Amino acid sequence: MDQTEKVVRTTTDFRVKNRKNLLTPKNAPYFFMGPAFLLILIFTVYPVISSFILSFQEVRGIEKSFVGFSNYSRLFHDPVFYKSLLNTFQILIVQVPIMLTLSLLIAAGLHSSMLKGKAFFRISYFMPAITALVAASIVFMILLDEHFGIVNYFLSFVGVDSIPWLTTPFWAKVSVIIVMTWRWTGYNMVIFLAGLQNIPSELYEAASIDGAGKVKQFFLITIPQLKPVFIFTVVMSTIGTLQLFDEPFILTNGGPNSATMTITLYLYETGFKFFEFGYASAIAYVLVLITAIISWIQMKLVGDEE
Amino acid sequence: MITSKKISSKIGIYSLLIAGVILSIGPFYWMLVGSTLPSGEIFHIPPKLLPGDHLAKNFQSLNESLGIAKIFWNSLFIALVYTFTCTLISAMAGYAFAKFHFKGKNLFFFIILCTLMIPSQVTLIPLFEMMVSFNWLNTYQAIILPSLASPFAIYLMRQNMKAVPDSIIEASRVDGAGELRIFFTIILPVVRPALAAVSIFLFMSQWNSLIWPLITLNSKEMFTLPVALSSLIGMARIDYGQVMLGTTLSTIPIMLFFLLLQKHFISGILGGSVKE
Repeated sequence: MDQTEKVVRTTTDFRVKNRKNLLTPKNAPYFFMGPAFLLILIFTVYPVISSFILSFQEVRGIEKSFVGFSNYSRLFHDPVFYKSLLNTFQILIVQVPIMLTLSLLIAAGLHSSMLKGKAFFRISYFMPAITALVAASIVFMILLDEHFGIVNYFLSFVGVDSIPWLTTPFWAKVSVIIVMTWRWTGYNMVIFLAGLQNIPSELYEAASIDGAGKVKQFFLITIPQLKPVFIFTVVMSTIGTLQLFDEPFILTNGGPNSATMTITLYLYETGFKFFEFGYASAIAYVLVLITAIISWIQMKLVGDEE
Repeated sequence: MITSKKISSKIGIYSLLIAGVILSIGPFYWMLVGSTLPSGEIFHIPPKLLPGDHLAKNFQSLNESLGIAKIFWNSLFIALVYTFTCTLISAMAGYAFAKFHFKGKNLFFFIILCTLMIPSQVTLIPLFEMMVSFNWLNTYQAIILPSLASPFAIYLMRQNMKAVPDSIIEASRVDGAGELRIFFTIILPVVRPALAAVSIFLFMSQWNSLIWPLITLNSKEMFTLPVALSSLIGMARIDYGQVMLGTTLSTIPIMLFFLLLQKHFISGILGGSVKE
């Protein structure tokens, strides 16, 4: 019995060794990683380098000529570019805190144990995060119409005069902020909710024994415990806002008077409306630089955590 | 006294939460209603909040101006092929980085991580030049190929595959299973939840993507839904009934899909960054 088993074993071993396996544990990783890496080289690494070179060139038809730093120095004197930077940061500084505060409040509300219908609320709040930004922007474009939009109609009941949402510089920015907030609040809420669920309940029990009220607990336990989640959402929202394109493109097309022109929208217009590839590449590299600085700050912050 | 205070604060929380629900869902409802109204009635004071009977007409005119069936198919085909291929490629790469030691591993992985940090806008212009030189404008591959290797998906798959114990891989090697077979029959089934999350994430990002298709597609019959919608509102005379129906058509499939697969969906859209 033992003997036959051994024989069977050796024959199977023999068969396996004889079968030509092209993939060995040695070369397999290159095979598995190959397609992804090749695609990244061709469609990301090469364009990133090429774009850098382009930012020092002027493109006329198919002719390219080196012009040194002139694309960059032109940026410094371009009022529309300044405006796009300023707009992007204004939207960022107002929108991200409002949205994250809302997300946190809703998450805290949903997290409190006595509440019924949590699943319903969670789905409802998350729903906007599944829509295409284009679709969301179109719907809001109609909702926010100055004369016939529903938003102004409802506001008229509380005595607010009709607001020129999309046609004046200030309100156009507010409109972009409204759409962004509508689209992303539920998304961040779910992240906060998961963060809240990870806070050990003993902390709260101990605090209530010590006589700390709900509000005190929120500021002394919840907020500090959520710090890593906070950093994550702030960074994600910041990077997302720096790349803001769809909403202003659909809602206002950058107007009125460039009030909602963003960095990416300006890059798009320069590159694909006016076909100034060199100049557009310089804009792209400013975006890279800003993103790099913000990522660096984030790494510093997270580094302090650990 | 205490209980009545508690009850009123409960009512307060509920009414705030319900107001929030109306704000979140309201625009969806209104979009659905709008798709059944003629253009003129969408801008009506007081607003019409109940469905009308113009749905078929809107569909007809939307089909006339865009050929909506073909556009829907373009979006679906691109998103499905992209999702399937990208998930496979990312899983393969993630596996290589999680479970093998090989020369240059750290360098390769570092390069991939770097591309994760770079805003994709920087690649738009060289990629456009590339597509022109390949003669690929207005093709499916122009949309699919450039983003087919997603550093984010690779990173996520790597994280998930690290949790697979080495011993089962070793054991199957001893049993004589080939490397491909180990990957397909042992590794992939174990990381199924991650595969689901990554595919949903990729599908959504492709289905909703605007800027790159906008640049590479300029013939109507190749448009994806977001590009088609943006072209509708760029017209001189906008037919809002059509526009509402178009946005509804681009949203409804995802909405159904979401209601069916909620859990996977949420973790997918969050890119697996949150574990519940």
